[in-house]
Amino acid sequence: MLSKRIIPCLDVRDGRVVKGVNFQNLTDAGDPVENAKFYDEQGADELVFLDITASHEKRKIILDVVARTADDVFMPLTVGGGIKSLDDIRDLLNSGCDKVSVNTTAVHDPYFIKKASEKFGSQCIVVAVDAKRVREDMTYEPEEPWFCDNFLRDVRLDLSLVSRNSSLVTAISTHGGRKMRLIDAVKWARKMEELGAGEILLTSMDRDGTKDGYDIDLTRAISEAVSIPVIASGGVGTLEHLREGLVEGKADAALAASIFHYREYTIKEAKEYLRSKGVTVRL
Amino acid sequence: MKMSLSSFITNIFLCVLDYGMGNLRSVEKGFLKVGVNARVTDRPDVIEKADGIVLPGVGAFRDCMRELTNLDLTDAIVNAVKKGKPYLGICLGLQVLFSESEEFGRCRGLDIFRGKVVKFDFTSSLCPPLSMGELKGGVSNTPSTNQPPTPSHQPLKIPHMGWNEISIKNNNPLLAGISDRTYFYFVHSYYVVPEDSAVTAATTDYGTAFTSMIYRGNVFATQFHPEKSQDAGLKILENFGRIVDSFVRGR
Repeated sequence: MLSKRIIPCLDVRDGRVVKGVNFQNLTDAGDPVENAKFYDEQGADELVFLDITASHEKRKIILDVVARTADDVFMPLTVGGGIKSLDDIRDLLNSGCDKVSVNTTAVHDPYFIKKASEKFGSQCIVVAVDAKRVREDMTYEPEEPWFCDNFLRDVRLDLSLVSRNSSLVTAISTHGGRKMRLIDAVKWARKMEELGAGEILLTSMDRDGTKDGYDIDLTRAISEAVSIPVIASGGVGTLEHLREGLVEGKADAALAASIFHYREYTIKEAKEYLRSKGVTVRL
Repeated sequence: MKMSLSSFITNIFLCVLDYGMGNLRSVEKGFLKVGVNARVTDRPDVIEKADGIVLPGVGAFRDCMRELTNLDLTDAIVNAVKKGKPYLGICLGLQVLFSESEEFGRCRGLDIFRGKVVKFDFTSSLCPPLSMGELKGGVSNTPSTNQPPTPSHQPLKIPHMGWNEISIKNNNPLLAGISDRTYFYFVHSYYVVPEDSAVTAATTDYGTAFTSMIYRGNVFATQFHPEKSQDAGLKILENFGRIVDSFVRGR
């Protein structure tokens, strides 16, 4: 039986691991390759590097991090952050990464996902959906030109639903949750699947860094809306949160950063807990 | 349980075929990790010189066959296999061994084994009112209606992505030291249906029990990715090195 995946995430800036709350107050916390080996030994099912390097000149550093990791760690590696072109994807895959995760570039140009999946295969194109519950006082970035595209226009956020206090309206955000887009998160995930995405990495930007647990309703809504695997992310503070995301949220994989990074729990402890609750995991 | 370098297999060399699809670096580094010399190549003459052939790859069957043909690799592969040279196919490298695929209409494979490549289809058994079975031209091997894959009635996700167990049907040298129900990493939407079930060395359950490993004579292939399956996967690569080593010694 296919097991549920436990995926530790390493936030990497300028080639070093950092972890902060809501992407602020970052602290330097080590070498990504050593961290990756550590998770490998604990039985992680996959690894995600989230590259938050700001300056363009330093962006090549992640390629070296990936290559050094792939020399020693034989499990699937995903890299997200800053991917703008097909060449960026090719460079990462050639360095030894298996999947890339794309957010902002897909928001600017949804057909980028189609081009990328046709060129490299759907299995390596992950779309990162950074979603936020909509509130009436939110302001949104200007509409992208593709909003007039007939195939894409139906992902537009229906603001009339918000004022009618619909229980679950979520919108896409970019730039670490700071910029809101007039895009409905559930419709967006479905559209990304249609365009060739092989997996959805769903992060609740409301929960990210809070340790309050995944946004379960959002996770379930997306998991049920698409037929590709969904990775739940954002908000894990306890092992029970992992179970909630996988069982109630129906996610295929659970991603967490700080509980593993600060050694609050090992991957093995997480899997033993999940198994004791009847979740199929690889131990 | 980390692998130690096995110096006994350093005298052989494997060619890892590069036709522009998939993460070859991990396959090459995986062999290196277990002490086997592997060289990435896209040249038919290197296939002839190599002691063993590795065909990795993820993606589409049709693209794979087109690229292999463009690079003049298909005849070199088939001839080497017929001469008894050990072959390890990974993922697409397993699927192209078969006669044909239903992906985007029919497409011919290397035809080393009789059988076809079909897509996972979970719609027909789980949602009878929305049956897609007829639309897809009668794909066989869909799960039977009285055994729904999940109790929750949510269709299984495609691709089949993640860690799943193998159930050993026909033990063979590639599985030396690997126990039944070991987990390996999979990522694929299609699977093979061999005409001769005797070539199925292992199966894996994903809605249906599909063939996850092929073995006959000098031909070995895995639907899963040994290069992404941590220690169990490295053991498979090491075993293939040993298989090639004994082939070279017996030559």
